[in-house]
Parts: sequence; C-alpha cells; structure tokens
Amino acid sequence: MKADDPQYVSILAMNDQGPAPEAAIVRDIIKHGSIVAPILIGLSAVGWGVNGAWSSAYGIALVLGNFAVAAWMVSYTARISYALMMGATLFGYIFRLAVIAAAVFFVRNATWIELVPLCMTIVISHVGLLFWEMRYISLSLAFPGLKPKHTASPTFQDSTSN
Amino acid sequence: MEALTRIAHASIRVAAELTPAEAKANAAAQMAGLAYGLAAIGPGIGIGMIFGKAIEAMARQPESAGMVRTTMFLGVAFTEALALIGFVAFILLKFA
Repeated sequence: MKADDPQYVSILAMNDQGPAPEAAIVRDIIKHGSIVAPILIGLSAVGWGVNGAWSSAYGIALVLGNFAVAAWMVSYTARISYALMMGATLFGYIFRLAVIAAAVFFVRNATWIELVPLCMTIVISHVGLLFWEMRYISLSLAFPGLKPKHTASPTFQDSTSN
Repeated sequence: MEALTRIAHASIRVAAELTPAEAKANAAAQMAGLAYGLAAIGPGIGIGMIFGKAIEAMARQPESAGMVRTTMFLGVAFTEALALIGFVAFILLKFA
C-alpha cells in the first residue's frame, strides 16, 4: 500500500474518538486506593510513628497522582492521534519518573519524612493496586475497560412473580 | 578522546584528594546513580515495545482499540513498576 493510494490511511493520522477506558480504570484504581490507604498509613504509623504515617500518605498520593496523569495523557492524546499518544507516553514516562524523583528528593530531608515507609508504600501500592485492578478488567470487545456490573433482570423477576 | 582523558585525569586528581570516607561516599553515589539509570533502561524499552505492538494492533483492527488500550495501559503501568523499584532501591541505598 502506497502513500498516494486514496485508500491509504497513515497510522499517524488515525485517532480514537470512542470512550477512554483509561479514565474508568484510573477512577477504579483511585477508589481502591482510598480503601487501601488507611491500612498502609496505619501500618506505617505502627512501625515508624506519625512521620511514617505522613510519609505513607505522601507515597500513596504520589502513586495515585502518577496513575491519574498517565491516564489523562493517554486518553487526551489518543483523541488527537496515535502517533502523539505514543510520543506523549514515552516522553511522559520519563517526565513522570522525573517528577516522582523530584518529589522524593525535595522532601527527603524534611522532618516529617521517613524514607523507608515512603519507598515501601510507593512500590507496594503501585503494584498492589494494579494486581487488584486486574480482577475488574474486561477483555472483551463489547465492554472495553471495566467489566460491567451484574444487575437483576426485571423481565425475569416479572415473569416469576406472575 | 582527548577530552575524556582530561576528565579521567581530573577525576583521579579529585579522588586522590578525598579522604577514604569521602571516596566511599563518592563511589556509592556514582554506583547508585548508575543502578537507577540501568533500571530505567529496561522499562523504557518495554514501554516502547508495548506501545508499538498496541498501535500495530489498533491499526489492524480499529474496532478493538478500546480493548487494546485497556491492556496496554495496564501493561505500561506494570512495566513502570520496574522503574519505580529501581528508583526506590536507589533512594534507599543513597539516603536511608
């Protein structure tokens, strides 16, 4: 297929105007994160005191913020073009890594920071939330993103009540 | 090449003036930085491969773009976890 062929559509020009599954996934991850956060903060408070709790909360905020920015980048750029999506994600990876590094570097000497619970929280919450989210991911063409919730069938209820 | 030699000579001169403790801290900082850099290379390659294949899949079957993007996003997030683990190891080795 050649570029001068009228049937030819470059991948650089293609985009996706459909619903963004990343936004739904990240909303679900943030929901799960708000459930997990008190547990992680409590464990850090037990091990490292109040500073540990603050550090853990900071780590969870970093992880959830990282997910949210990644999802926003993918969903926003996919509406423009796939090529931009790829570029934004690859450079976004470096950018987000740099932001996380800077966010930890700037607070590493703060009085309220304990590095061990902060680092443990970043790794555990990132990987743990992803594994938890995998249970709710739908791998079907009909429902991209999250699995649909089961609802009671009114037709079935009506037919049994009569 | 000449510039590299000059930098190496300058590094040796600086290292010779350091106390053993400072030299050890210097080496630890360099190794931690190198470890973090190496840890970021693998995920970078992995994310590139994931996106390349995902875009190929979306180009072949545009109707499956939603499903491909879902798995792609999770794959990228898992791959990023490797870089985060490298970063955490760097921070703990260097500062903790």
